[in-house]
Amino acid sequence: MATKNLPMREALRQALLEEMRRDERVFVMGEEVGQWQGTHRVTRGFIEEFGEKRVRDTPISEMVIGGAAVGAAMAGLRPVAEFMTINFAFLALDALINHAAKIHYMFDGMFKVPAVFRAATGWGDQATATHSHMPEPIFAHFPGMYVGSPSNSADAYGMLKASIRDENPVLFTESIGLYGRPGPMPEDESGDYVLPIGKGNVVQEGTDVSIFTYARGVEWAKQAARTLSKDGVSVEIVDLRWLRPLDTDIIFESFKKTNRAVIVEESLPMYSFGSELAAQIQENCFDYMDAPIKRVSAADVPLPYSKYLELMALPDEDKVVSAVKEII
Amino acid sequence: MARLNKETLVDWYRQMVLTREFEETCYQLYTEKRITGVYLHLYSGQEALGTGAIGNMEIGKDHIITAYRDHGIGLMLGMDPKVLMAEMMGRVDGSSGGKGGSMHLASRKLNFWGGYAIVGGHLPLAAGIGLEAQYNETGAFVVSFVGDGASNNGYFHESLNLAGVWDLPVIWIIVNNGFGMGTATDRAAGNVNLHERALSYGIKDMGRVDGQDVMAVYEKVNEAAQHVWSGKGSVLIEAITYRYRGHGVSDKQYDTAFAEELAEWKENKDPIVLFRRHLEDKYKDISGELDDIHEKQKEIVAEAVEFAENSPFPDTEEQLYANVYVE
Repeated sequence: MATKNLPMREALRQALLEEMRRDERVFVMGEEVGQWQGTHRVTRGFIEEFGEKRVRDTPISEMVIGGAAVGAAMAGLRPVAEFMTINFAFLALDALINHAAKIHYMFDGMFKVPAVFRAATGWGDQATATHSHMPEPIFAHFPGMYVGSPSNSADAYGMLKASIRDENPVLFTESIGLYGRPGPMPEDESGDYVLPIGKGNVVQEGTDVSIFTYARGVEWAKQAARTLSKDGVSVEIVDLRWLRPLDTDIIFESFKKTNRAVIVEESLPMYSFGSELAAQIQENCFDYMDAPIKRVSAADVPLPYSKYLELMALPDEDKVVSAVKEII
Repeated sequence: MARLNKETLVDWYRQMVLTREFEETCYQLYTEKRITGVYLHLYSGQEALGTGAIGNMEIGKDHIITAYRDHGIGLMLGMDPKVLMAEMMGRVDGSSGGKGGSMHLASRKLNFWGGYAIVGGHLPLAAGIGLEAQYNETGAFVVSFVGDGASNNGYFHESLNLAGVWDLPVIWIIVNNGFGMGTATDRAAGNVNLHERALSYGIKDMGRVDGQDVMAVYEKVNEAAQHVWSGKGSVLIEAITYRYRGHGVSDKQYDTAFAEELAEWKENKDPIVLFRRHLEDKYKDISGELDDIHEKQKEIVAEAVEFAENSPFPDTEEQLYANVYVE
C-alpha cells in the first residue's frame, strides 16, 4: 500500500488533531494558535473544530503559557502549549526548568506534569541573532523533562503522539526549516502509531563512520553520505530523535561497529549535544576508538544577519563531508 | 463553606495555635541544628490569614497553592504535623519523602498543590489549576497566596492578566507583610495599594483586609468565593499582615532593624490574641477550653518532633533516583 506524503507541519497537525479527538483532556494553548490558525499552521482549522475552550489563544505571555500548562497538567488536563519559537521560550525557562521538570521529583512523585511544550526551532532565514537558536541542550541539561525534535514527517507524527500520551513533561521542538518538507507518513493508519520516547533510529546503515545527529542534521548527513559514497565511504546515520532520554545503546552499538564518529548539530558547540555524545562515547567505547570524534556545529557566534556570514556560521553538507574526510 | 458555629471557631483557634506552636518549635530546632536545611520561613504572625481563607474551602474539592512560607497552610488544611515535621528534617516519612523540605510541602489528597520557592513561580500554576476547574466545570475555586514581593514580578502580571482574560476561578490574596525579603513594600512598589493592580487585569479589586483578624479574612474570602461562584472570574485581595521571624529564620538583622515595629505588632495585633479576645467576648467560660488547646498543641508538636527524629533519613541510590520521571 502506498503511503501518504505530507509536509512535516501537516504530520504534526494530523497527530495533534487525532489526539484531541481521542482525548477530551487534550487542549492547545499559545500565541496565535486559534483565530490566527497557528503561526506555523500546525493548528490550522482547530478552533473551528474544537472551539475556544480547547484551542486557547493566549496573550504574549510566555511565563504564564509555560506555568499555566504546568498547573493544568498537574490538575489532570493534557495541555499542549505552543511557544511560537524556542527563542521566546527563554522567557519561560523558570516555568519549564524549575517547575515542569522538577515538580514530580520535588514532591516525591505526588504530582505529575503531563504537559507538552511545542516550539519551532532552528537557525537560518536571516532571522538574526535573537531569532536563531537550536537550544535543545539547555533544556535537556535538566532531569525531569524529555526533549525531542523530529527529522521527518513520520517521526514528527509518532513522536508528538508519544509526547502527548506520556505522563512526563516534554519539550518538543520542530525545525522551522522542516515544516514544509514533504515526507512519507507511517503505513500504520490506526491512529496509534506512537514512537517510543528515548529511542533513536538508524536512518542508514554503514560501516566506515557513524554520523550521530537529530532534526535537520539528518538531512545534511544524508546529503554528505551520498557524496561520500562516491568515494567509497560507507556512512551510518543515526537520528537520535530525543536528547533526553538519550539512546546511548544505539550510539554505542553503532560506534562499536564503525569505530569512528562525526556528530552533527545545528546548535552551538560549547556544552552541547556534541560534547555530551563525545564524552559518552569515550567513556564507554574507548577501546573501539580508531580516530578522534569530530563535531560539526554552528559557529560559536550570535547569528549574524547578512546572508554570507549566516551561511558561514551554519552547518551544511560540505562541512559534514570535510569532517568525515578528516578521520577516514 | 464552613458553618460558623462555636465548634468551627474553636477549631480555627486550634489551627492557629497549632501553627504558632509548630513554627516556634521549628525555630528552636533550627537554632539547635536539628532542622538543618538553610531555608526556613515561618508563618508566625500570619495565622489568621491562612485560617480565615481556608475556612471557606471545601477541603479536597477547592484548591490552594502558596509560596515558601507554607507550613501553616499544610497544618490548617489538616496535614499531619508528624509528616510535616519529618519533611522539615528531610526524613523518609516526610510529605515529600524528604525531597522537598520546608519550602515544598504539599498534599495531593487535600488539593494543596504545594509551597514554591521561586518568587511568583507558583502563580501561573494557580492559573492552570483554575483552568482545570473551569474546563471540567468542577465548581471548585483556587486560593493562591501571593507575597507582596511577588506582586512586583512578571509572573504576577502575566498570571493575573490571564486570569482576567479567561475569567479563571482564582482568588488571589496578596500577603502584604510589609517586606519582600528585606525591602519594604514602599521601596519596591510604584503604587503601594497593591490591590489596585486588579484594575489592570479586569479582575475584581476587593481592596484590603486586616490580615490579623481571622473573622475579617473569612468574610472577605467568602465574598470573593461568591464572586467566583457567580462565574465572574478572578478577584484580588490585599491582606495586611506581619511576619514575626523575618524573611527566613537566618535573617538576624531583621529582628534588630525592625524591633520596635515588630514589638508593636506582637503587642497589639497578634492574630491569636485578637481571636481569643473575640471568642471570650462571644462565649462565656471558654477560657479553660482555649487553654487546653494550647496544652494539647504543645503535646502534638512534641510528638511530631519525636516522630520525625525517629524517622530514617533516605540514603539509598534507589531513593535518590526515584521519581525523576513517571515510570
